[in-house]
Amino acid sequence: MASVTLQSIGKSFGGTPVLSDISLDVADGEFLTLVGASGCGKSTLIRIIAGLEPQSTGSVLIDGVPVDHLRPHERQVAMVFQSYALYPHMKVFANIALPLVMSRLRMVERLPLLRLLSPRRRRVMAGIADEVHAVAKQLQIERLLDRRPSQLSGGQRQRVALGRAMVRQPAAFLMDEPLSNLDAKLRVHMRSELAELHARIGTTFIYVTHDQVEAMTMSDRVAMMDNGVILQLGSPGDLYARPANVRVAQFIGTPAINLLPAKASAQGFVELFGHELPVRAGRSPGTALTVGIRPETLVPRPAGALRPGTHALIGRIRRSENLGAGRILYVDLASPAGGSVTVATGNESDAAPLDTGDLALLFAPTACHVFDADGQRVDDADTIAAATGGARARALT
Amino acid sequence: MTSAAALPYVASPPKRDRQRTIERIAGVGFAFPAFLLLLLTNVVPLLVLLYLSFTDFKLGALDMHFLGLDNFRKALADPVFRRSLANTFVYVAIVLPGSVGLGLLIAVLLHRRKRTRSFYEVIYFLPVTSTLIAMATVWQFILHPRLGPVNGVLRALGFDAIPFLSEPAYVLPTLAAIGIWQLVGFNMVLFLAGLSAIPRDLYEAAEVDGCRSGIDRFLTITWPLLGPTTMFVIVTTSITAFKVFDTVAVMTRGGPMGSSEVLLYAIYLEGYQYFHMGYAAALTLIFLAFVLLFSIAQTFVLERRVHY
Repeated sequence: MASVTLQSIGKSFGGTPVLSDISLDVADGEFLTLVGASGCGKSTLIRIIAGLEPQSTGSVLIDGVPVDHLRPHERQVAMVFQSYALYPHMKVFANIALPLVMSRLRMVERLPLLRLLSPRRRRVMAGIADEVHAVAKQLQIERLLDRRPSQLSGGQRQRVALGRAMVRQPAAFLMDEPLSNLDAKLRVHMRSELAELHARIGTTFIYVTHDQVEAMTMSDRVAMMDNGVILQLGSPGDLYARPANVRVAQFIGTPAINLLPAKASAQGFVELFGHELPVRAGRSPGTALTVGIRPETLVPRPAGALRPGTHALIGRIRRSENLGAGRILYVDLASPAGGSVTVATGNESDAAPLDTGDLALLFAPTACHVFDADGQRVDDADTIAAATGGARARALT
Repeated sequence: MTSAAALPYVASPPKRDRQRTIERIAGVGFAFPAFLLLLLTNVVPLLVLLYLSFTDFKLGALDMHFLGLDNFRKALADPVFRRSLANTFVYVAIVLPGSVGLGLLIAVLLHRRKRTRSFYEVIYFLPVTSTLIAMATVWQFILHPRLGPVNGVLRALGFDAIPFLSEPAYVLPTLAAIGIWQLVGFNMVLFLAGLSAIPRDLYEAAEVDGCRSGIDRFLTITWPLLGPTTMFVIVTTSITAFKVFDTVAVMTRGGPMGSSEVLLYAIYLEGYQYFHMGYAAALTLIFLAFVLLFSIAQTFVLERRVHY
């Protein structure tokens, strides 16, 4: 168990920068997820922590001690690979036992034939066998110890890979998209199993994924990466509720957030489709802004029945998807600029009449995320202001 | 009328039978050309060979007699044949480990190189592409006791010249060395292909798991995962080495004093120098039996152990 600290890590491959100035503190026992689209540098970062890739600049510290000069196995970290990287010629037992065999047996004791000469080897191997069995029991793969990886299902291989990582009792687990090779159902199952495993053994987990659901469901904190930098670091709730950047807002949450073009009005408020919202723009008048509204915060109602003080987008349903528990509506906006938004709604019985005619999509101004032209969040300190702005109903079309 | 529903099902088998017959005829039709070729180029010659091996047929002779197993009996008692068989085995015993081991070593060394890899690949592969008959002449010059550069160097270093090709004790190892030189490049290419099929992930996992040195990595990952490749290389190499002929025919003609007589050269002498076609056919069958043994060894004994 240990903390992991990254101090301004940078990495470039032959002149192409892939990571720039990444600093990060992972507390002892924390579950931290690096999330981002492919090519954002998250896998490179975890490989740098593992020691499989040297960083160009900066320093990696484990438990406060720099480990930059140490080889992967000396860093006391265990890694679970996306492909699992099980040794295909070894049985499950040997796969799990390998890290212990490597660290506890001397070179001579591992060589074929010569190893038979060592009396110590037997004793050590018996100890290793006990530990392998204990780990296998925890993961419920005891019955598989005698099989080869090719005889296992995806989920079983995943467990073996976990077992191989656990058996060393590492300072930290590094996981590089460990669930992405599983089918959807198994992925959901392994997700909760991994979270439970983390709760049980309490070791530091650093987890890489491109799946925001995995990031949201398992982590204590999430670091959202893009283009080699961390856009935002915070709790899953933070990233969802207060995305620091438009790219974070786009990445976190399904269906994806609706982004609408807006600008700062002469009065300093956010102007959406020509109407002022009671939200401070925080930027000089005329500046282009982007308003983000999450699909699940839009409430569809038949148009024309707006109460005073409410805000709504007007549009017409182009397509709707029934998910059973809820529905996703794709609504073409009636604004002259066009555009469309996605709405996630419950599956109430009154949903059917919405399908025809104009629709008002109610939203609370406080649920709007405002971003400037660079994609940076326009701080809430500016925007929370005067939520009482509009006394009469505003139908934004 | 409850059985009416079952009627179509009962009626279908004859139709299915006809379908099956058509499929069968089509299948035979597709396989026939390949079968014919196999018959004409492999099976018929083999049967002719088998027949000849039971006769005293001589090239150009107008009649021949059936001898039964006499040719085989003669072969087993023939000191020339037994010597050439023994020589062939000695040759294989040197060439096989030499060219497989060296090929593997070079492949492992080259695998991680990036810029210079193709350069070395070409160099090591050159002997494979060259005609051994032509290269044999070059080797003859290189190893010449008085004019050759090898002995020139030896003399310059103060050693006695070594009569590589004229001393019975040296001639087989010398030929084997040339055989290794010719085969290493080919084996290297096969091993390189095998190496690039090993996922990089495995090496990284091994590194995280504590495989410190190159030897650890080789023993844990490379060697076991090269199993199928190694198997293939061993079989092809042993068959190629077993067929050694050109160097012997050009450089030593089986000499000195029969010390480099090998199986294929003995067959060649019997058949095309002494015109004992029947006897040569019997020897060829014995030769084929050995080649078959190598192939069977691959299919049954070793393939079971290297697959996972």
